[in-house]
Amino acid sequence: MNNLNFKKIFSDNIREISLILVMIVICFFVQFRSNGKFFTTENISDLFTETAVLAILAVGMMMVIITAGIDLSIGAIMALAGMIGTTVLKENKGISPIIILLIAIAVGIVCGMINGALVSKLKILPIIATLGMMNIFRGLTYLVSRGSWVLQNDMPSSFLGIATGQALGINNLVVMALVIYIIGYVFLNYSRTGRKIYAVGNSEESAEVSGIKTKRILWLAYTIMGAIAGFAGLLYVCKYGAAQGETAVGYEMNVIAACVLGGVSISGGTGKVQGVLLGALLLGLLNNAMPLINISAFWQEAIRGLIIVLSVMSNSLIQRNVEMKALRRRNI
Amino acid sequence: MAEDYILQLKGITKIFPGVKALDNVQFELKKGEIHALMGENGAGKSTFIKVITGVHAPEEGEIVLRGKKVVFKNPQDAQKESIAAIYQHGTVYNQLSVTENIYIGHEKLYKVGMINWGQMHKDAEALLRSLGSDIDPRSSMGNLTIAEQQIVEIAKAISTGARIIIMDEPTAALSKRECEELYRITEQLRDEGCSIIFISHRFEDMYRLASRVTVFRDSQYIGTWGVNDISNEVLISKMVGREITEIYPKQKIEFGDEIFKIEGFSKTGYYKDVTFSVRQGEILAMTGLVGAGRTEVCHGIFGIEKIDEGQIYLEGKPLKVKCPLDAMNAGIGYLPEDRHKQGLILDWGIGDNITLSTLEMFSKNTILNRKAERQRSKELAEKVKTKALSVFDKVSKLSGGNQQKVVVAKVLNLDLKVIILDEPTKGVDVGAKAQIYDIMSQLAASGYGVIMISSEMPEVLGMADRIVVMKEGRVSKIFDDAKNVTQEQILEAAMNI
Repeated sequence: MNNLNFKKIFSDNIREISLILVMIVICFFVQFRSNGKFFTTENISDLFTETAVLAILAVGMMMVIITAGIDLSIGAIMALAGMIGTTVLKENKGISPIIILLIAIAVGIVCGMINGALVSKLKILPIIATLGMMNIFRGLTYLVSRGSWVLQNDMPSSFLGIATGQALGINNLVVMALVIYIIGYVFLNYSRTGRKIYAVGNSEESAEVSGIKTKRILWLAYTIMGAIAGFAGLLYVCKYGAAQGETAVGYEMNVIAACVLGGVSISGGTGKVQGVLLGALLLGLLNNAMPLINISAFWQEAIRGLIIVLSVMSNSLIQRNVEMKALRRRNI
Repeated sequence: MAEDYILQLKGITKIFPGVKALDNVQFELKKGEIHALMGENGAGKSTFIKVITGVHAPEEGEIVLRGKKVVFKNPQDAQKESIAAIYQHGTVYNQLSVTENIYIGHEKLYKVGMINWGQMHKDAEALLRSLGSDIDPRSSMGNLTIAEQQIVEIAKAISTGARIIIMDEPTAALSKRECEELYRITEQLRDEGCSIIFISHRFEDMYRLASRVTVFRDSQYIGTWGVNDISNEVLISKMVGREITEIYPKQKIEFGDEIFKIEGFSKTGYYKDVTFSVRQGEILAMTGLVGAGRTEVCHGIFGIEKIDEGQIYLEGKPLKVKCPLDAMNAGIGYLPEDRHKQGLILDWGIGDNITLSTLEMFSKNTILNRKAERQRSKELAEKVKTKALSVFDKVSKLSGGNQQKVVVAKVLNLDLKVIILDEPTKGVDVGAKAQIYDIMSQLAASGYGVIMISSEMPEVLGMADRIVVMKEGRVSKIFDDAKNVTQEQILEAAMNI
């Protein structure tokens, strides 16, 4: 009985287990090749801090992809929210960082609501709707900033503390990411709305006939994504100490890659929060590890791409294997 | 004389997993004749055509073409032997031009291998004109009417050199005038020496065109007659003429008040002026031929599709339904015909499927109580006797009958007054069928109003208290006392005679 349970846990989580194994192998390989530069408190803390923003965004992207959609506009939402937030900050020096954070989230929510309305009410394909909005949000960022940057010396230390401060000895960003993952896990696995998001992604028609307001669910997914993007955008400019028109250009691709690595199916319906966390960590690990062992910057991009392709390939092989096993069990 | 026959099929049997779609069927087509093929829904006509056109390979039997035995491995083989079929829902490419639709797969090429558009347009035009049609070959297929699309399909058949043409219910969606046009073209083809198999539910088509008629029933060959040698009544009795042997678990129930009523339901192009009502404890059957608009009316009631006009009354009070949730909240449940697309989430377990419509029941402040959920879905799965190891089993791995029971369980978990069952026993094995009938009877006995859409005549006669027959989007007849109705009467009301 115990044995059976163990087998089931293994087969249900084969993807997560293999991701962990791959990461362990990379960790030790890098530790060995870099003469022990990897496993230092400083480097590990660096790794998690650098990955936090990406990981936070991946939770939102995952929800959108589960509904069989995609959001290409999040890099632009991050820039816009970061820019509006820091511009307000620049002009009102004494303002509380919490209010700036709320402003950025509000900007993100508005952007997400527009995306959601285009996809759910006007039935525009997500990839096209968010591609269009990506350009609009990016353009708005330039308009708001009039082409200029908001730099670190315009930001008071109380604000910069959002990204550099610590709670219980752990960087704030990492703490925030952990909180968001816990909320995301409970939301998707134990809430009514979470269940409905999976249902809509699996079969919009079945969900509708089952009495789910599918449009509202779609709209909600993009709005949550927007809120997270606004939040992450502010963290991003805070961490790097600069808000500008080019903030987070192309960042959406890293986030989508993290989801894909974590086993979220682009065709919708499936994906686990824990998988996405591992996907984001693997990307973060690669970013951290490759410079340590002196891989040239030219090769780094290509290696990242190769890992993504290999992972998707192994995923479909695992899937095929599972299906074959199921067929064999039928004993025909 | 064997030479008279251009096509003969002997002892054809086609088996699909679990069903015999054709059982020792025969058919003979004379050279230059129009031969009508008739039968109820599911009599095996469509499968039969697919055997002739090489889509399906029969398990037994032989096809004799022009006196020679042939075996079609694929549709291309049949096409080479100049056989073509024009399907009811044609293989039409809406985005392409008329010319492309006609010549798709056998384009005219220059010697270097590039497409000779000029020649193709010219030939297409000549072909269409020879059929007496003035369709522009350069126009897009999607802009044509259904009648015009059919003419293009016929032109396509001729362009492949077809001498045996099969038409599957070509008149089903045509107006009177368009039918005349089609008759004219069909007769022209016959006069030019083509042999035609014409499938239709309209008696008018048969009298107008055919010289002989063959009837199939329940996957079997019933007989072939000269059109003038057989009367309507005999023909209908040949089409239904089965004996009802199954026993239906029908309980005697005192009907209560009228619980549900629709009035003047209309949707352009689908149905018009549909009105009927159900009493508590009553099973109302909606029947008719495929495409009569039964499912569409129910989608209108349940809010899946918008209606143009019409009013729903529940317990005498008018009810507005904008989406399925409104209908469910009011107490109307719907068991969809297409359980894969509308009823289930195939990748999910039994339990999660059963509770999908009723998540509110298991949650406080949006957080689900999974233990209560599992408990309830287990009870329901046992109540409808689903065969599975646990409620975590994926529904995609269940048999059709067990899948249907999961959908039934899902609907039963709602707090309902009226329940609509759309083809509840379609694709379901005999054992599961009996259990579904049992559940239906129990529902009626406990005071539900039950509406059952069904194409299966024995089921309609065996289960219904009242029968609504639909024909071409309208209510053709309502039989208030289902006990004294015969299969012949129902078929007569459902068909164009």
